[in-house]
Amino acid sequence: MKEKLRPVWLLAQRELHDQFRDWRILFPLIVLTLLFPPLMNSFAGQTVDFMNKYGGNLILDRLVPFSILIIGFFPVTISLVVALESFVGEKERGTIEPLLGTPLLDWQLYLGKLVVGVIFPLVASYLAIGLYIFMVGKQDLNLPPISQIIQLLALTASHAILMVSGAIAISTQATSVRAANLMASFIVLPVAFLIQGESVLLFWGDGDILWMAVIAVLVLAGLLMRVGVAHFQREYLLGREIDSFNVRWIWQTFKESFVGDAHSVFAWYQTQVGGTLRRLKTPLILMAVIALIGSIVSFQWVSSVAPIYLADIPQEEVDKVLGRMSMAAGLSVEQEDINFGFIFGHNIRAVLVMFIVGLFSLGVLGELVFAINVGVVGGVLAVLGAMGLPAWTLFLGGVLPHGIFEIPAIIFAGASILYFGALLVTPNPTRTMGEVVISVAADWLKIFVGVIVPLLALAALIEVNITPHILATIVR
Amino acid sequence: MIETENLSKAFNDFLAVDDVNLNVRSGQILALLGQNGAGKTTTIRMLTGLLRPTRGWARVAGYDVVDEPTAVRSSVGVLTEQHGLYLRMTADEYLDFFGKIYELDASTRKMRNDYLLDYFGLAKASTRRIGEYSKGMRQKLALARTLIHEPPVLLLDEPTSAMDPESARLVRDEIGNLRSSQRAIVICTHNLAEAEILADEIAIIYNGRILLTGKLDALKDRVLGKPEYEVIFSSAWDVKNFAHLSAVEMLEKSPKRIRFRSENPKETNPLFLQKLSEKKAPILSLQEIPRSLEQVYLKVMAEAVENVAV
Repeated sequence: MKEKLRPVWLLAQRELHDQFRDWRILFPLIVLTLLFPPLMNSFAGQTVDFMNKYGGNLILDRLVPFSILIIGFFPVTISLVVALESFVGEKERGTIEPLLGTPLLDWQLYLGKLVVGVIFPLVASYLAIGLYIFMVGKQDLNLPPISQIIQLLALTASHAILMVSGAIAISTQATSVRAANLMASFIVLPVAFLIQGESVLLFWGDGDILWMAVIAVLVLAGLLMRVGVAHFQREYLLGREIDSFNVRWIWQTFKESFVGDAHSVFAWYQTQVGGTLRRLKTPLILMAVIALIGSIVSFQWVSSVAPIYLADIPQEEVDKVLGRMSMAAGLSVEQEDINFGFIFGHNIRAVLVMFIVGLFSLGVLGELVFAINVGVVGGVLAVLGAMGLPAWTLFLGGVLPHGIFEIPAIIFAGASILYFGALLVTPNPTRTMGEVVISVAADWLKIFVGVIVPLLALAALIEVNITPHILATIVR
Repeated sequence: MIETENLSKAFNDFLAVDDVNLNVRSGQILALLGQNGAGKTTTIRMLTGLLRPTRGWARVAGYDVVDEPTAVRSSVGVLTEQHGLYLRMTADEYLDFFGKIYELDASTRKMRNDYLLDYFGLAKASTRRIGEYSKGMRQKLALARTLIHEPPVLLLDEPTSAMDPESARLVRDEIGNLRSSQRAIVICTHNLAEAEILADEIAIIYNGRILLTGKLDALKDRVLGKPEYEVIFSSAWDVKNFAHLSAVEMLEKSPKRIRFRSENPKETNPLFLQKLSEKKAPILSLQEIPRSLEQVYLKVMAEAVENVAV
């Protein structure tokens, strides 16, 4: 293994050497490393004075870790520039081809670029954090506990890996630095949102959840690395027309994948939808298992915590809820806001949200939405049980009649987005990334139009016309 | 050493290389000639295992380009169209870097670096940044890079482009020496004179297809016809009554010269001269009329363009 990793370090070393000779990279890095900590330190001093005057000690406690997060993040942003420059820059200048002509393996080239993209900015980032901590120590401000500092360092490293792996994944699809820079917003914007979310967690003091965020970012970075390795192929890197947007080709490829040679709806169902369902067999089994385990875990967990929370709620409130339940059971189908369109539209929207968030996270967030959906089912049942209602009877009468169609539809949606993510991160030497994305999108649409929409329509019809009657009978 | 059969490459619906069959043995140089975009670079990239053939196969130095691409790349030295040098490195550092990639030990690297830098006249500039080099110096360094691991197969895309005549001559000599060291070499070039000097075999590629391949003399015969000869007289001579041999095809008769074509010059030319001598013709010289590769190339390309137009 050491022998195989040697070329990786050799490539990274050359790149580092090169970058240390480029003032355009060195200058901003030095400025961000050395200038930002004193600036942040001065800001912290001002804030301390302000807080001492007007109160707000809790914010003061959170200020230093928040500053560390931000100070660490700024030099790390350079990793994006380094990765794009070292990779697409090489393509643009033609220096990549002699490298590709050597016996270096694709993954060695990839890892070499990843290492150099991460190491340089991360070292600068850690230096900046160290400098800031030193300054804070001198200022008599409370330093965060060591465990939190380690957490922030881990978070900073995970940001760097995420951005570089994302940058390289983007780089494989761009033949010019200009194109890569345009595509870099796909990394910058989500990471900016991520930092905002992490800042919120920091201020709320959710240390455990923040660790989960570190793990989640690392998982996403790992997936992006997998995408990078999957698509870091010599053939792609030397590909022609990679920057062009060929609408005709996109449409033809999509049509071929979506319709195939089917000439009727029946034939389409038989060959196209059937074929895709066969490919979805494993994700479907996996999703069904996740749905089952997720709802059981959620039921168990909520069952254990709900009584504690419910104990604090006055009996009148509980009675109100029970009253509403009885009313809900007696709902007539004519009630305006809970009609077929509302339920169907709501469910379709949930499936589309799964797809859209899954699209930008290689399926990860889509699966999260799926997990929330199945978790809610278990959780609601547990709450009903804790309130003294016959949870399982309500489930059988109030959920199962339409759930027979609705739950499989959600499982199909989860499976198709899992399949989508898995295909994107799987190496495919015979197809380009564009072809993979288009054919997977076509597969998803086949399942959506051919399976999910009919199932949800059926479920909504039952939920509006049959479920209320069954529920009413049970409740009465 | 290099063998291909029906080697083809399509990019979406564009067929860049179509059924290319090549065979280059050790110690042989093949010149691949063609216009820009004819498919030369794509062919070279397939031979290096950089592009996967859509159809057909290729073996380089005994390795299959699809199944054993790493072994292929270890056995090949590639000079790309863009020399792709790291401009912030020095020539020393650059060659050492590639030597390490090819896993040469430190002493071999040092020896090869010194030899190549010295051979290409770059020794004095070896500690200067490559960014300060002239175009010719860069091309020489790129060529030195392809030779650093002494590969048995060389694929050279425009090896002497942008070089001054002396440097180009040096590189041509070096390529010639490499042939004698039993290497198989493919050169893609627009410099037809260079191809004529260096190549043992010529292949002309157009729109991804090999139009013509073979030894230079055979190609000249096929495209331009059998060799033509010219007898020049030192003074005006009456050629009217000269009855030429039936084995030659007379092309031009004038008091100053006679032009003829011969199927078998080894036999007919001495007889032809003898007959002229008997008639007391004032012969100054007999020589073959030069037929260049350029003539062959231009004729083949003109026919190809015409066929496409039809």
